[in-house]
Amino acid sequence: MNSKPPKIRMRGVRKAFGPKVVLDGIDLDIAEGESVVVIGGSGTGKSVLLKCILGIIRPDSGLIEVDGVDVSGLNSAERDELMGKFGMLFQGSALFDSLPVWENVAFGLIQARGMEREAARNIALKKLAAVGLGPEVGALYPAELSGGMQKRVALARAIATEPEIIFFDEPTTGLDPIMGDVINDLIVKCVRELGATTLSITHDLASARKIAHRIAMLHGGKIIWQGPVAEIDQTDNPYVDQFIHGRAEGPIQMQVSR
Amino acid sequence: MTAAAPEDGVIIRMLAGVGRIFLDFLATVGKLSMFTGRALMHCVTPPFYFRLVVRQMVDIGYYSLPVVGMTAIFTGMVLALQSYSGFSRFSAEGAVATVVVLSMTRELGPVLAGLMVAGRIGASMAAEIGTMRVTDQVDALTTLSTNPFKYLVTPRLIAGLTMMPLLVLVADIIGVFGGFLIGVNKLGFNPANYLTQTFEFLEVKDVISGLTKAAAFGFVISLMGCYHGYNSRGGAQGVGTATINAVVSSLILILILNYLITEMFFAR
Repeated sequence: MNSKPPKIRMRGVRKAFGPKVVLDGIDLDIAEGESVVVIGGSGTGKSVLLKCILGIIRPDSGLIEVDGVDVSGLNSAERDELMGKFGMLFQGSALFDSLPVWENVAFGLIQARGMEREAARNIALKKLAAVGLGPEVGALYPAELSGGMQKRVALARAIATEPEIIFFDEPTTGLDPIMGDVINDLIVKCVRELGATTLSITHDLASARKIAHRIAMLHGGKIIWQGPVAEIDQTDNPYVDQFIHGRAEGPIQMQVSR
Repeated sequence: MTAAAPEDGVIIRMLAGVGRIFLDFLATVGKLSMFTGRALMHCVTPPFYFRLVVRQMVDIGYYSLPVVGMTAIFTGMVLALQSYSGFSRFSAEGAVATVVVLSMTRELGPVLAGLMVAGRIGASMAAEIGTMRVTDQVDALTTLSTNPFKYLVTPRLIAGLTMMPLLVLVADIIGVFGGFLIGVNKLGFNPANYLTQTFEFLEVKDVISGLTKAAAFGFVISLMGCYHGYNSRGGAQGVGTATINAVVSSLILILILNYLITEMFFAR
C-alpha cells in the first residue's frame, strides 16, 4: 500500500508442538499505524502467532521482521531493547499480583527505562486516568479489582511506555458486552493518540469490527483470508462466512483432530 | 519362532522404558545445567535489581529465623540429654559440651536449617514463580523489556547463597545455647566449665565447614525452587507438581551435598 517497509513482516512462519502443527506458513504484513485483527476459532494458534513475534516462542522456520530487522537471531539484551517498542495486553491481564496497581502500570518505565519511582508514579496515574480509573485505584492490588478493571489496568500498563507496536490478546474475552465495548473504545482512543501499530487477536467480531482497519482469518495454521474490515460481510469465502455467522455447519470442523 | 517374538517384544519394551527414563534424566541434568549457567551469568551482568535482592534476603533470612531457631534450640537440648545419658555409660559425661557444639556446627545446624528452609522457601519460590508462569506474568515481564531470569531467578539465588550461612550461624549459637540450658539446669554442669569445654576443642574448620554447607544448601534450595517454578506447565496442578518437585529435589540434594562437603573437609 505504501512505499515504506511494513512495521511487521512475516513470511512462511511455521511452528509445531510435537506432531501438532499450529502455524503452517504464515504470511502477514502490518503497515505502520495500521490496526490488524486476526480472527479464528479457539486453539487455531492465534496466541502462538503473537508469542512468535514477541520471541517468547521460537518459530521452527520462517522470517519475522520488525522495522525491517530480522528478530530471530537477537540475544537477550537486544531482545529486551526490541521489547521497548512493544506493549502487550494479555488475555488474562497477567498483572503482577505482588505489586500495587500503579507499580504495575509504571513497571516498564521503572525497570526498563530506569525512571525515578516518583516520576513514573505520576505518569502511571495519568495513564490510569486515561483508562477511566481514579488515583485511589493506584494503591490497590490487582487481586482487589474486578475483571473489567484489571483489563483497564493491563491496558494502561501496555500503553504506559508509549510503544510503537501494541498487541492485544483477546481484549474483551470474559467481559460483559458493555464493559467489552468500553475496552474497545479505550483501545481505539489510546491507539489513535499514540499513533501505534496494533495487532489484535480475538474471536469477538464486535470487537474486531470496532478496532480493526484490516481483518485476517487464521485457520489450519494459515491466513486463509484478509481484507479491509468493510469487506468481511461481502466475502464469499466459506470459512469466513461460517465464522462471522457462528454456524456449527460448514467447512470448519470444530473437533481438533490435526 | 513365533512363540519367542512376544517375549522379545516384552524385553525390548522394558529396555525402552529404562532407556527413556535414562534419557529423561540426562535431559533434565542438561536443562538444569543450562539453567544454572544462565542464572550465574545474570548474577554478574547488569542491570541488578537490588530492591528485589533485599526483599528476598528479608524473606529467606529474617522470616525463617523463628522456625530455624525453634529447630536449633530443641536439637541442642536433645543432643545434650542424649549424649549425657549415652556417655554416662562409659563415664564420659565431660564430653557433652564438645559433642553438642561439634554436632551443631558441623552437621545439625546446616542440615536441619537447610531442611526447614527448603520446606519454607523452596516451596514458596516454586509456587510463586510457577503461578506467575501459568498466568502469563513471566511473559509479561518479557514484553516490558525485563528479563524474567534476571528479575525472578537471580535475586533469589543471591539471597539464598548469602542468607543461609547467616541463618546457620544463628542456628549454631542457639543450638549450643539449648545444650547449655539443659547441661546447666538439668544435668548439673557448672556454667563456666560448660562454656570452657564448649570452646576447648572447637576449631575454626568446624564452623567453616558448616557455613560452606549452608551456602551450598541455600543455593540449591533457591535453584530448585526457581527451576521447577520457572518450568511449570498447566495451571494449578502444574504449580502443585512444581512445588513437590522443588521441595523433594532440594531435600535430596541437600543430603547428598552434605555428604560430599563433609568428605571434602574431613576425609583423610
